[in-house]
Amino acid sequence: MTRKVLALLHKDILLELRQKHTFYGILLYIASTVFVLYLSMPESPDAQVWNSLFWVIQLFVCVNTVAKSFLQESRGRMLYFYSITSPRAFIIGKMIYNMLLMLLMSLVSLIFFFVFLENPVSDSLLFVGIVMLGGLGLSLVFTLMSAIAAKAQQNAALIAILGFPVILPQLLLLMRLSKAAFGEVFRDGAVWQLAGLVGLFDLLVLVLAVVLFPYLWKD
Amino acid sequence: MVQKSWWKILSFVLLVYTIVAGFLLEVPRLFILNETIRNLYFHVCMWFAMMILFGVSFFYSIKYLRGFHYRNDVFASSFAAVGSLFGVLGYLTGVLWVSVTWVTDQGQSLASVLKEPKLIGAAIALLIYGAYFVLRGSFTDIDKRARISAVYNIFAFAMLFPSIWIIPRLVGSLHPGAPGSDSGNPALDRNDMDAGMRMVFYPAVIGWTLIGIWIATLKIRVALLKDKILMHV
Repeated sequence: MTRKVLALLHKDILLELRQKHTFYGILLYIASTVFVLYLSMPESPDAQVWNSLFWVIQLFVCVNTVAKSFLQESRGRMLYFYSITSPRAFIIGKMIYNMLLMLLMSLVSLIFFFVFLENPVSDSLLFVGIVMLGGLGLSLVFTLMSAIAAKAQQNAALIAILGFPVILPQLLLLMRLSKAAFGEVFRDGAVWQLAGLVGLFDLLVLVLAVVLFPYLWKD
Repeated sequence: MVQKSWWKILSFVLLVYTIVAGFLLEVPRLFILNETIRNLYFHVCMWFAMMILFGVSFFYSIKYLRGFHYRNDVFASSFAAVGSLFGVLGYLTGVLWVSVTWVTDQGQSLASVLKEPKLIGAAIALLIYGAYFVLRGSFTDIDKRARISAVYNIFAFAMLFPSIWIIPRLVGSLHPGAPGSDSGNPALDRNDMDAGMRMVFYPAVIGWTLIGIWIATLKIRVALLKDKILMHV
């Protein structure tokens, strides 16, 4: 099982390295989005606005990053996967790969935000941690949504429709949690409670994905 | 006939009782709430019925994935549809209630009042089931549609529950059931409600839920008749 997952992960990373245009495409997407924000925003937006903009951009970056993970697999290649691997290994491999990609993209968009829109964060290290946690949750949910949307023969639009209501509670929790990094004082243990709740959501998504994906993957 | 449809008669009787007793019986006079407290018999019951109907839909989705019987998919989608209807009705009755209780003379807009954790949870529920029907609409193959939408239904319902029952309890809210207010579970706590109101409220919950199930069974019967040729059973 572990070997299969690693092999699938290796294949995805190799594909990414060979077809660099999609990777650079996302980078450019982040850069241009943040640049548009930079031009359209007033000088140094206040922390609250910065925070909500950041998370909304994260959401769209995630949709664009993860969307292709199932759409790029052609029918023939999926048939090949059926014959050599199990659905659980396949979805776990995809999730780990999307997680890594999304963590990287989260860092990149954070850097762009810091460069273009100043830095209202008072505890940067904590905020990076929260962003990582958020990127994790986003990528997990959208991996499964991408698997569903791929079956419906539809494009990224369906991923957004399916994923946004499901991700909303987590996004609200993350926005609330980020305020800890903006210097807002929380009551004792509240930060850990919120972080734990986001972690539990991730666990729930992971379990559901492993349970449900076998039903999704065969035509 | 009575043996088969006793619950339909019960639902009718209970709803007549709810409407008559709900509008005529004495209710406690509370500050701000005043007579609008009678909305409890309608607004809260809508959400009860919605959660129960979505729960039934979730159950049939699981059942579908266990045996791939097309019947179960018809059940799941019909219950989800009626659940959504009750969700919309719950929203509308809630808006009515909000407009006379939360929106006070301080001149805040309705939009600022509606940004409430409980309402966000309800909106998420409606968006999820909206997405469910969009997803169903995008398939032409009915077996594939049944399978994929069952997966989404299970996933979405499992994600919906924490968002409705946990988040509103963590953050402050005007809605009953938030930390800081003295009611932990709105409408379920025995100390919350006057004894006379309970006499109407519990039958009302049962009555509204039963009528929801009734509507769903009618939808199911129509759908099954339409697809009779496909089922050959």
